[in-house]
Amino acid sequence: MNKDVNQITNAQAGKEGKVVVNVKSGKDINISVHHITRVEGHGNIVVNIKNGIIEKCQWQVPEAPRFFEAMVRGRRYDDIQTIVSRICGICSISHSLVATKAVEDALGLAVSEQTDLVRHLMHYSEQLQSHVLHVGYLVAPDLFGEKSVVSLVPKATQAVLKIVKAHRVANQMSALLAGRITHPITLTPGGMTRVPTEQELRDLKKTLEDVVPDLVDICKVVLSVAGNLPNFERPTEYVSLRQTNPPTYTFYHGTITSTDLNGQPDMPVNKWENVANEYMVAQSTAKWAKWHRNSYFAGALARFNNNGHLLSPLGKKVAEMFGLKKGCSNPYMNSVAQLAETAHVVEASLELIDKLLTRGTRFEPVQVRLRAGRGYAAIEAPRGILFHAYEFDKKGECTWGNCCIPTNQNHANIQADFEKLVPQFMHEGEDALRQKMEMLVRAYDPCISCSTHYLHVEFTR
Amino acid sequence: MTKPRVAIFDFACCEGCQLQIVNLEEDILKLIDVVDVVEWREAMSEQSHEYDIAIIEGSITREEDEHRLEIIRSRAKILIALGACAVIGGVNKMKNNFDFNEVRQCVYGKDGQMQHLNTERTKAVDEVVQVDFKIPGCPINGAEFAQIIRSLLVGKKPFVPDYPVCVECKAKETICRYEYNQICLGPITRAGCGAPCPSAGWRCFGCRGMAENPNVDAAQEVMTLYGLTVDDLKQKMVLFNSK
Repeated sequence: MNKDVNQITNAQAGKEGKVVVNVKSGKDINISVHHITRVEGHGNIVVNIKNGIIEKCQWQVPEAPRFFEAMVRGRRYDDIQTIVSRICGICSISHSLVATKAVEDALGLAVSEQTDLVRHLMHYSEQLQSHVLHVGYLVAPDLFGEKSVVSLVPKATQAVLKIVKAHRVANQMSALLAGRITHPITLTPGGMTRVPTEQELRDLKKTLEDVVPDLVDICKVVLSVAGNLPNFERPTEYVSLRQTNPPTYTFYHGTITSTDLNGQPDMPVNKWENVANEYMVAQSTAKWAKWHRNSYFAGALARFNNNGHLLSPLGKKVAEMFGLKKGCSNPYMNSVAQLAETAHVVEASLELIDKLLTRGTRFEPVQVRLRAGRGYAAIEAPRGILFHAYEFDKKGECTWGNCCIPTNQNHANIQADFEKLVPQFMHEGEDALRQKMEMLVRAYDPCISCSTHYLHVEFTR
Repeated sequence: MTKPRVAIFDFACCEGCQLQIVNLEEDILKLIDVVDVVEWREAMSEQSHEYDIAIIEGSITREEDEHRLEIIRSRAKILIALGACAVIGGVNKMKNNFDFNEVRQCVYGKDGQMQHLNTERTKAVDEVVQVDFKIPGCPINGAEFAQIIRSLLVGKKPFVPDYPVCVECKAKETICRYEYNQICLGPITRAGCGAPCPSAGWRCFGCRGMAENPNVDAAQEVMTLYGLTVDDLKQKMVLFNSK
């Protein structure tokens, strides 16, 4: 039955789809969440059920488009990362980093080992910041039955203080490595404009070691209310980066992999347009994406399902605490996968700091020789795989840009989840259903303003 | 004393300035003690039509958004524009340098004609409604935000510097970016950020908008000294200061 629902609405995606489901429920349900709260950006949930028949069930994105890809045209190669960082305030480091990598690919620039290590560390700081923000500030209130972290303060003061502390530590780390908390300054094609001193790295190491017990406590508090995560399964395709040499739980290097590849080789990063296969629908100003099925999942759960065996010891321990295992198809468990990654990135950062301290840090001047060409890059933003591509003329001016944001890649999957979720839980009544749908959208940790400011290219398979 | 009611609203932007409020970390808990936050979609589920102070983030790009902003203005006693997108239009105004139909085509291809992708010229908030206070920057400086809100609460006029970023670079003893052959907008850009970009090895991008009284003669002198023209400077202003 559920399969039919998916087929019908996917065929009608974009139209005012009328889906008839034969579910016995005497009640009419009308849900209209106009601008869901506690997510980045603007999204609507619309459900109409009359006499047990679902007349409408939609995930809508009405965010104002900003047209970044058009705006980068005519800009110099070393202004791109500064401009596109402004796509998203929460994952500005990922946007800036992936753009820098794409520009380097276009210009044929190789970076030093030190640059690679410092950028990795900077990227970890954003994973930590974003995951703590998402699980601690945006998701935890649902699990505690509160409307926001503000009303959570009196109920779980110590836990909130630990969450705030972990968030502050992540931001201090970003400020050190990126020059500022949001919208990084230190990235430039070919290298870094500033690298941390050894003393700064030693201080950072202490700060990170000090926050580990707090992270464990945060996990325990979330575990105490994890029973409120809805029990909902829907197998789908999970897409993320994968790095085999050396095997790494990667956020930064690697090829594009999927749980649907069935032994086929991974997709190289410069073919990412063949993965996203973007298309437009009328219910959204953001494009949608599909690869092997009608939709796929990008994010922490996809990374975990593809690479979970490579998590750090504490990361694995956190996953075990929550009973999270590879092959999980409960989208609500994305927040748990994020918690496991939170532990992982702190341990991985400590390793990187030791590596940097052993070799020492020094400023390396950047040399750029311009050439015309096109470059591609992929990176794991906290909320999923992120793709950028740019083309430059021989003067180094941008002539074309294309980006595909993780939330875009998730929109179709959210809609497909809705179509299974609504018939499954409509008997619980309007309020419970609305709550589950809002929690589902939040579980994906969407960045709706990013997903709307991009995208180009039609690709037909 | 009843606590002033504060509501935060977002329009076209990256929501990074709201994030700087969250990034006040432990201090935000103190701020929440002295004001009553009645609506903040990114962080809370509570909503309200009654508030004293409205904080607006983002620029205005659609007719429907102008309408929404006018309603917010009519309900608020004080309206604050938060961040570059709201204060000067910011990066969103780069769109105004292109033909809008072409821009839609470029990003959405043949789907660019779909009705719901319509946008108008990007506007700063004060091009639509009256603005009482402006907090500049991309992103805003969290400490400056806290200072401005504190001033408002005790009935003082908030302080936003009117001198250029160069002053802050000199105070920090940062080596001038022109010495590294970079075209820096520090001589004409409003200070208050603490000059983080030059101290991290990049030029100033002008995200806080122009100082009301920049030392144009000195800026000219700098340009001449390094063999640059005013046009070079204007090119760099496109990022945050397009019209």
